[in-house]
Amino acid sequence: MRPFSYQRASDPDMAVQALSAAAAANEPLTKATAQPLAGGTTLIDLMKLDVMRPSAIVDITPLAQAWSAIAPGGDGLRLGALAKMSVVAAHAEIQRSYPVIADSLKLAASAQLRNMATLGGNVMQRTRCNYFRDVSYENCNKRNPGSGCAAMDGVNRMHAVLGTSDQCIATYPGDFAQALIALDAMVEITGKAGTRSMPFAQLHKAPGSTPDIETALQPGELISAFSISGRWPRSVYLKARDRQSYEFALSSAAIALDVQDGTIRDARVALGGVATVPWRAREAEALLKGQKFDDGLAQRVADAAFADAKGRKHNSFKIALGKRVVARALQQAVTMEI
Amino acid sequence: MGQPVPRYDAAAKVTGRATYASDMPLDNPAYAFLVTSAIAKGRIDRFELDDAKRVRGVIEIVTHENAPKLKDSKLFSNGGYAGTTIQPLKSAEIAHDGQIIAVVVAESYEAAREAANRVKVSYSAAAPSATFDSPGTTTAAAKGQNSQFKEDPKVGDFAKAFDAAEVKLTASYATPTQHHNPLELFTTSCAWTGDNLVIYEGSQYVHGLKNGVAEQLGIDADKVRVVNPYVGGGFGSRGSMTPRTAIIAAMARRLNRPIKLVPTRDQGFTITTHRAETRHEIKLGASRDGRLVALRHEGAEVSSRPDAYCVGGTKTTTRLYVCPNVDSLVSIVRADRNTPGFMRSPPEVPYLFALESALDELAVELNMDPVELRRINDATRDPIDGKPYTSRSLMACFDEAAKAFGWSQRSPQPKSISDGDWLIGYGCAATCYPTLMGPSAARVRLQRDGRTRVEIAGHEIGTGAYTVIAETAAERLGVPLEKVAVFMGDSDLPPAPVAGGSNSTASTCSAVMMVCDQIRQRLFKALMPSDTLADKAKETVGISPAPSTQAAKGDRSLDIEKAFDALGVGVVEEYGEWKPEGAPLDSFRAMHNGQVRLVGGHQMKDQIAYAFGAEFVEVRVNRFTREIRCPRLVGAFAAGRIMNPRTARSQLMGGLIWGMSSALLEATEIDERNARYVNDNLADYLVPVNADVPGVEVILLSEEDDRINPLGVKGLGELGNVGTNAAICNAIYHATGQRIRKLPVRLEDIEL
Ligand SMILES: Cc1cc2nc3c(=O)[nH]c(=O)nc-3n(C[C@H](O)[C@H](O)[C@H](O)COP(=O)(O)OP(=O)(O)OC[C@H]3O[C@@H](n4cnc5c(N)ncnc54)[C@H](O)[C@@H]3O)c2cc1C
Ligand code: SF4
Repeated sequence: MRPFSYQRASDPDMAVQALSAAAAANEPLTKATAQPLAGGTTLIDLMKLDVMRPSAIVDITPLAQAWSAIAPGGDGLRLGALAKMSVVAAHAEIQRSYPVIADSLKLAASAQLRNMATLGGNVMQRTRCNYFRDVSYENCNKRNPGSGCAAMDGVNRMHAVLGTSDQCIATYPGDFAQALIALDAMVEITGKAGTRSMPFAQLHKAPGSTPDIETALQPGELISAFSISGRWPRSVYLKARDRQSYEFALSSAAIALDVQDGTIRDARVALGGVATVPWRAREAEALLKGQKFDDGLAQRVADAAFADAKGRKHNSFKIALGKRVVARALQQAVTMEI
Repeated sequence: MGQPVPRYDAAAKVTGRATYASDMPLDNPAYAFLVTSAIAKGRIDRFELDDAKRVRGVIEIVTHENAPKLKDSKLFSNGGYAGTTIQPLKSAEIAHDGQIIAVVVAESYEAAREAANRVKVSYSAAAPSATFDSPGTTTAAAKGQNSQFKEDPKVGDFAKAFDAAEVKLTASYATPTQHHNPLELFTTSCAWTGDNLVIYEGSQYVHGLKNGVAEQLGIDADKVRVVNPYVGGGFGSRGSMTPRTAIIAAMARRLNRPIKLVPTRDQGFTITTHRAETRHEIKLGASRDGRLVALRHEGAEVSSRPDAYCVGGTKTTTRLYVCPNVDSLVSIVRADRNTPGFMRSPPEVPYLFALESALDELAVELNMDPVELRRINDATRDPIDGKPYTSRSLMACFDEAAKAFGWSQRSPQPKSISDGDWLIGYGCAATCYPTLMGPSAARVRLQRDGRTRVEIAGHEIGTGAYTVIAETAAERLGVPLEKVAVFMGDSDLPPAPVAGGSNSTASTCSAVMMVCDQIRQRLFKALMPSDTLADKAKETVGISPAPSTQAAKGDRSLDIEKAFDALGVGVVEEYGEWKPEGAPLDSFRAMHNGQVRLVGGHQMKDQIAYAFGAEFVEVRVNRFTREIRCPRLVGAFAAGRIMNPRTARSQLMGGLIWGMSSALLEATEIDERNARYVNDNLADYLVPVNADVPGVEVILLSEEDDRINPLGVKGLGELGNVGTNAAICNAIYHATGQRIRKLPVRLEDIEL
């Protein structure tokens, strides 16, 4: 950890000002000198590990006043970016109308972390790749562009099989983002020029040749809210992991279905624990639409979801695992009582 | 004794008043932060320190170029004190990943850490050998290179018997590197007053550490004092001296200022020891009716280049069951690694995993209940040397645990039980641990009003040592428990052995009991100067030399007031040194020099002493995700006299949970290209959380053993986590029909 200045932002303008004032031209967000601090459960961790070295911290927790509403309404849902994971997970209407959201949050991290962590910070959490998090390893294109990737032929059991590049195979570790991407969420971004909205699906960037660029956010920009249209009571989040609680996904699936008279009208399939970014399996979804559900269909959907997957030495198992998780999650979504 | 009294230190611990080593106040300390090596083999070409030195508050940066000179330390098993002979900061050479290569000292922890982050190192890296199968390792038999591994146990003619056996089994097993990760980090504070050094460090052996550091510094051991009234978990990691202590002590002397070191969690993975990865091949030959006729256990363990560390668990696995033809071999594989060390039940965990898994495989082969297979082969004598077990309740434990678990409802067919998404399997295994004891001294002081002070350099590593020592003194002196104060964790107190090998209760309580009896004798003599210590005492003043039976015989307790009047003093104080039967001649000298002389297990003269238990588990395997969970752990244990059922239960429960953890979660991953640890933190080195252990049941069997030590106590701290590894794999076999022989078992290992 290195010395940094600390500033509390009392309103959004001040936060945006403070964050953009310090921003240098063309600096990727992950390397920006000023970083917003929400729950701190990712940021402080990475600063202690010397992975992130901001010289200015802008504490945005006072913005919770304006940015933490949980607002389900007739036409959809709006979630403030500073709402706490635990509060959203426990919200009765979220549990009823968006079980995939409630479960993705409830099954994440630990009770203590969920009490600290915010939705905005959660989607912005960074990979758990061990080589990324340990600065004594030179080779990490994400931390050290152009240095190589130690995980590629190293210990890569937790790494991604979808959305990888020859530069980086780091898994996007979060759970909640899969629910958002499945439900076609929009993310609201507040910056110097005001507020803009974009599909959540465009927020995260696959590593490609620039693994250090992780999102579409620019320094000085903050996530202020997420919004979802419609209700998705027939939705599930299934998470497979090494222990029963407090552990990242080896593979997860966020499924949302609209079934009428036994026919699937709309289907959403998103994958976690297996991809470099929150992953939407659109080809798989296409197979479901207009169909009646059976186990054979579930299998074909699962195969389609992983058609492009590439395993490496220790993580190939995630392909077969991921397929079974998708198939099982589909069965659960189809049969759930709503 | 024998009562479930609450922990002596419970209130102090839950209110945060218990002071651990790094809580000790220091006068104007400087703070140290370590820089550790990013390569496992090679040399340091150059340090760039300018950037680091510019950090405000930096006092000194020590590297091999300017480090204080220290004397070499010998390995504990070669008459020394150290857990490794790899001495950092001595030269530019790097012998393992994460070796200490520099120490930054600053006015604050934060400045030291920042400067350490700014130290730049250029290395010439060589290709290291990481582990088994890595190019460049060397392998040789343990016998002849490790002075504590004297013999590969054998008896009869294994080859011939195996050849002729009606049923044969050959199987190979593997266990991973594991790390202790006690919650208290590996901190060290050193403060000098003139020539006298005080070390505050969580240690499982204050007398060993004191003598070891004195030797490395080249000073008189009496000038060194190690203090740690509480230790935040040890599990073996604090049993022998690590290089950091003498380094910090020497730097504090040079700086003429106390230094406090708090290493990080990941540094803890490489600056102390670990459980080495092991491999095993088991061959079993049996007759159709299940009698073992041939048993061979071959084990291999990874160690460092310079040190021939090994645990050699064949000493136990060759003696557990009746078998006329036994063979064994342990070898050590040298790689570019730090020297491994003790970790809770060092030999038994890996070696019994292999044997108890193989027995389960044999039971399947024989179409026999695995409990019955153990019954048929149950031993009353050590099959290698023919010595009788002092007591052995293995089958009683199996029967009790089986009953509590509901084993009889099991259908032996694999894959035959399920519940929704979950396939269910039941498994069991034997557990055991040698009963060890070591020489120990104690001082006890009794005041007229019954207040008692017990002084002994034992260690409270969380096991309940304060509690059982207080109970022993209270009962022996006939004073209320609340009046007993116990002082431990200080090398200025009378020496006790290392808190390792589960010897502490037997050793320290035996010493305390003996010294309390010295006090009783003095009081008794004062009351009846002309009498000898005979049963006559009871008729007159209601005390006998054996007060543990007092209540049973309806005697009155010792009239302390009267005795003090007769003596004419206000305080009676006694010091004494106790050693177990069969202890070597140099025992007491060694004890004062901080060297361990444990006796027991199979090394006793005419008998063999082990504690036993049986462990049953229910495993659930998800048919879709293959996730493996363990909702039920049931263990029955017999370990002689139970000093305190509350603390005993806690040890055994923790053991069962750890055993499950070892079977399903714990492994330190090593990157074989560079021999470096990858998951060296508690987010990635998984241990169970509450949701993983919904059901744990501990059953304590009563067992009387008057042959083993005056108290009849067997150690049980390391008994609980031994059998669990095999029990879980055996249950996974039952759930899935799949035999897994490599730990930890992960969902990708399951094929349905
Ligand atoms: C041991 C452990 C286990 C975990 N397990 C899981 C798990 O199983 N599943 C899971 O999903 N997560 C898991 N997490 C991650 C945890 O959920 C995240 O750390 C947390 O959600 C981050 O939220 P925060 O508010 O603390 O973010 P912070 O740490 O404050 O911020 C994270 C990042 O986002 C930026 N940021 C914060 N708020 C905003 C905003 N409004 N706009 C733009 N940028 C912002 C910060 O600058 C920082 O870079 C785990 C974490 C730990 C430590
Ligand atoms: S996978 Fe990505 S984050 Fe991990 S080492 Fe490679 S480049 Fe770095």
